[in-house]
Amino acid sequence: MRALVCVKRVPMTGGTIILTEDAQAIETLHLGFTISPHEECGVEEAVRLIEANGGESVVLTLGPPEAVEQLRDAMALGIDRAVHLVSDGEEWDAQATAGAIVEAIRADEAANGPFDLVFFGNESADAGNYQVGIRVAYALGLPVVTGLKGVAIDGGGVRCEQEVSGGRDVYVLSLPAVVTVLEGLNLPRYPSVPAKLRAQRKPVESSSPTRPSSKLEKVRLVVPEGQGKEAVILGHGPEAAPAVVEMLRQIGVAQ
Amino acid sequence: MILVYVDEPSELTQQALAFAGGLGGPLHAFAAGVAVPVEGVETLYVAEGDAFASYAPAAIAQAIVELVERLSPAAVVAAGTERGNEVLAHVAAKLDLPFSANCVAATAGDPFLVTRVRWGGSLLEEAHLHGPVKLLTVQPHVVAAEERTGKPAIAAFTPVLSDPDRLVRVAERVAAAAGGVSLADAKVVVSCGRGAGSPEGFGIIEELAGLLGGAVGCSRAVTMAGWRPHTDQVGQTGTKIAPDIYVACGISGATQHMAGCKGAKAILAVNTDPEAPILASADYAVIGDLHEVVPAISAEIRKAQAQKAGRG
Repeated sequence: MRALVCVKRVPMTGGTIILTEDAQAIETLHLGFTISPHEECGVEEAVRLIEANGGESVVLTLGPPEAVEQLRDAMALGIDRAVHLVSDGEEWDAQATAGAIVEAIRADEAANGPFDLVFFGNESADAGNYQVGIRVAYALGLPVVTGLKGVAIDGGGVRCEQEVSGGRDVYVLSLPAVVTVLEGLNLPRYPSVPAKLRAQRKPVESSSPTRPSSKLEKVRLVVPEGQGKEAVILGHGPEAAPAVVEMLRQIGVAQ
Repeated sequence: MILVYVDEPSELTQQALAFAGGLGGPLHAFAAGVAVPVEGVETLYVAEGDAFASYAPAAIAQAIVELVERLSPAAVVAAGTERGNEVLAHVAAKLDLPFSANCVAATAGDPFLVTRVRWGGSLLEEAHLHGPVKLLTVQPHVVAAEERTGKPAIAAFTPVLSDPDRLVRVAERVAAAAGGVSLADAKVVVSCGRGAGSPEGFGIIEELAGLLGGAVGCSRAVTMAGWRPHTDQVGQTGTKIAPDIYVACGISGATQHMAGCKGAKAILAVNTDPEAPILASADYAVIGDLHEVVPAISAEIRKAQAQKAGRG
């Protein structure tokens, strides 16, 4: 079995977002980076799938040269090798991103055989476009199910579960297929030190695709006005308890 | 004309209709399988056929594609729900057009100038949306619903579907086990971050939530540590809550977390740090150690309950 998981490098924004002077990006000088949260669960699921069934797992990203850190993080969790589509540092829109991923998947499949399951996050933490996985599935002629909290291989197929109001919706597909997943699908493991060292030696294949023009064309980013609230300080330490209970009474949630 | 995909008669559908109405031009609606009750649009197109017996995103998208080819709308609009975003992404993939998810504003033209949310609402993006048909969804709870009256003409049609369009569909609905107060619906949520110190540290949080008839929440750091299940997580990648009061204990206010509790009517922050970012979004605050403050609040509530019982 072969599994692919596509991930995106995103900044860890903390409490306040600060933009670059040209308002085209988040100022990341003092920020760390991570794999977008839903995709972290995609990585863990791909690793478990290959642990259980044998075969090969591959991680792919479109991102700046530094995104190799996130590829190493995924390989430290147990992914076998990586494909890095090195971007120019500009942001790619969803259509352009999907196009580059499709080309890379076709090239890898031509050399190594078809993937049985391709994982995406349901939406990236930063851009939140909700569409890259679906576009890739159409281009490859594969079925796609999104927003999954359950993915189970069952014979030649996959049973997919979505959390919906009042329960879970179940889809049953045959493989190969594309799935987009949500955080909560699993609890990703912490990488061990030996696993991190092994990840440094795993192969990363790089190429530099050309960015096409954006059809959802970013003009600028804007930090929304804060709620401008000044919190009423009810007190300091445990002595504040009566004031808290009085406030709860006033808003009608305590007797 | 503007075509609006209506999947259910909900508040979010009404918001999407109000948003679409602001784009100018006559409004038409589309529903799959059943004639979803909708007023104040000229025509409700209803796709019929066994493919629409349960939710089937590719089939619904193909029906929309057929209407787009027939009617040439200026835009197709849907609510920015999981399913609204999914169906419009399918339409975008089928037509190879750009798609702008979760818009808070749009000005018609060519291109459309849209404002859309990033980071679950912590950041906005202004963008030009190109293409002969503009595809966009509407961020929930940003645009007010409007009173709409007037029954539409109903136009039923049976779209031509391929086998792949029929392949992906809900095969089964498994009902959730009945449990306590659900986080998304709770009137009170008491939540804690890593400051709880351990899984057992949530005992005082559970106690206060129990006394207030509320649900327990937590930050992403807590679920990643394995202290609480992901179903307890409040945040951009967790549950979005809308309680009357959100009691956030030892939670700094990272954008990831705040994206999940924007819907709270009031926020009480309990934090040792008077400079914590959450205080800029909170209505009330207690400056202090949650391990001392939370049990004191619980004790105060018990005392009040005992007095009431004594009087009663």
